[in-house]
Amino acid sequence: MGKIVAVTGNEAVANALRQANPDVCSLYPITPQTDIVQRFSSFVSNGVVDTELINAESEHSAMSAAIGAAAAGGRVITATSSQGLALMWEMLHIASGMNLPIVMPLVNRALSAPLNIHGDHSDGMGARDTGWIQLWSENAQEAYDNTIMAFRIAEHKDLRLPAMVCMDGFIISHSIERMEYLDDQPVKDFIGPYEQVNPLLDLQHPKSFGPLILTDLYHEYKRLQHEIIGRAKNIVLQVSDEFAKLSGRKYGLFESYRLEDAEVALVVLNSAAGTSKDVVDAMRDKGIKAGLLKPRLFRPFPYEEVGSALRHLKAVCVLDRADSYGGYGPMFMEISSAIYQAAGTGSGPRLVNKIYGLGGRDYMPEDAGKVLVELDAIAKGASVKAVKEYIGVRE
Amino acid sequence: MSEIFEIRWHGRGGQGTVTAAKVLADACLSGGRYVQAFPEYGPERAGAPLRAYNRISEKELRLHCPVTHPKVISIVDATLLDSMNVAEGALDDAIFLVNTSRDASDIRKVLKAKDGQKVFTIDATAIALAEIGRALPNSPMLGAVARVTGLVGLDHLVEEVRKSFGKKFSEKIITGNVKAVERGYKEVTEG
Repeated sequence: MGKIVAVTGNEAVANALRQANPDVCSLYPITPQTDIVQRFSSFVSNGVVDTELINAESEHSAMSAAIGAAAAGGRVITATSSQGLALMWEMLHIASGMNLPIVMPLVNRALSAPLNIHGDHSDGMGARDTGWIQLWSENAQEAYDNTIMAFRIAEHKDLRLPAMVCMDGFIISHSIERMEYLDDQPVKDFIGPYEQVNPLLDLQHPKSFGPLILTDLYHEYKRLQHEIIGRAKNIVLQVSDEFAKLSGRKYGLFESYRLEDAEVALVVLNSAAGTSKDVVDAMRDKGIKAGLLKPRLFRPFPYEEVGSALRHLKAVCVLDRADSYGGYGPMFMEISSAIYQAAGTGSGPRLVNKIYGLGGRDYMPEDAGKVLVELDAIAKGASVKAVKEYIGVRE
Repeated sequence: MSEIFEIRWHGRGGQGTVTAAKVLADACLSGGRYVQAFPEYGPERAGAPLRAYNRISEKELRLHCPVTHPKVISIVDATLLDSMNVAEGALDDAIFLVNTSRDASDIRKVLKAKDGQKVFTIDATAIALAEIGRALPNSPMLGAVARVTGLVGLDHLVEEVRKSFGKKFSEKIITGNVKAVERGYKEVTEG
């Protein structure tokens, strides 16, 4: 069986990457992710993995090298945060457009300006439309488990798409928590050997990657990308079922917490979901029928499943740790769409959007408590004062 | 232990406060407990005030936010008593532990401790200078925290310190730290 340890989120993810033993790791350091590639570099130096390490001169180059190595036929990893992901942006589209199953932990951090190193989801949400699969993680355990599963999901023969695994910068990446490492061999058996698909280095069978496609077939190519990434839902469920047999830990497309008989609920990603669950319990004790939905697979987004999990509620607050200036928060837009399609116009829960925790502003139990009390009032007939509001703000 | 046991550490950069919180978390893993150890990240400079936190619980820990109502407040640098309110949010039955050569009863007055609150002192810097040769008060503080909280026994803590320091330091440094932990455990006094 596994080993119970007290480690940081970064250490946990670095060990998942070690167990996957990739062929190539291209890297460029950036806070708060640096610790992952630093640890992984030690694994390479100490000979505990067979990985070829490429120290790139920027994140743009790190992703470019990852694309080259994955097209050549290797299992490839990199990791980044914030500005690093932003600098990779054009290459992210190329990785997905070429069907290259690169696995990349993303340690979520705010974007400049102003400069800020702390955790929020602006980076990951900005990569929403890049064609990457996104898995989000509440704590070190989930980040570790998701990283292991990401290889199986990304490399699945019906998918072959890059995947990023998100966790909160500092709050998870640099905090020590109890979690369980699985033993190396069962993880290696679970991930399995890398299966090449159309490797560029197979010189007997020459092929083209990234050719010019104009008005004749580009449109069809993009439709195909949408269809293919949609397969990820079932693959995520299959891989998660298999992982549950290995680890005893069950994962779905999202986590439902006390939702079935709830009247009001929070929708919230990552570490804030943990804090919120304790508050949901406290509110239940006070007679407020609270619940919570924590998305895990954000791309592709499971609209129907999320919609049917939330449609019976009276009021829902979507908490966003990222913003769209002049728009609603990114998660709110998804949840609104999901509920509208599931419940139809004029019915379904009342919806509000709260922006919280930008640039690492603490999200406290009191914040969740206030929101749930407000939702309870809305459920009982109070009017919605503002659809979108910022909470935890210093006035 | 039915609820979450929360500790707040106050120190200055370079005193090993974050390491102390980490070693305590490791030591408290025994018996199937859940643990957390995390610092508050600010500008990381030697000498700058910093806070670190521990949570220890029999149940899974899901909170991911700073500790605002600590059961234990461990003050690794007593000069912080003059520059901030270290007692902020302390529970009515909180335990204060202060690294100082002053009397615990004096410190009790400085802290304006309530009746239900306990105040302990330990001259951790003097112990560190004697046993390690450097003003690194974290090891004696760790021993004292173990004693005043009863979270972990001395033998087990010493084992953890050996494991944790063994990766990086010479036997001489490890032995010094172990002695410092033991003295912290034994010499802590209540005011």
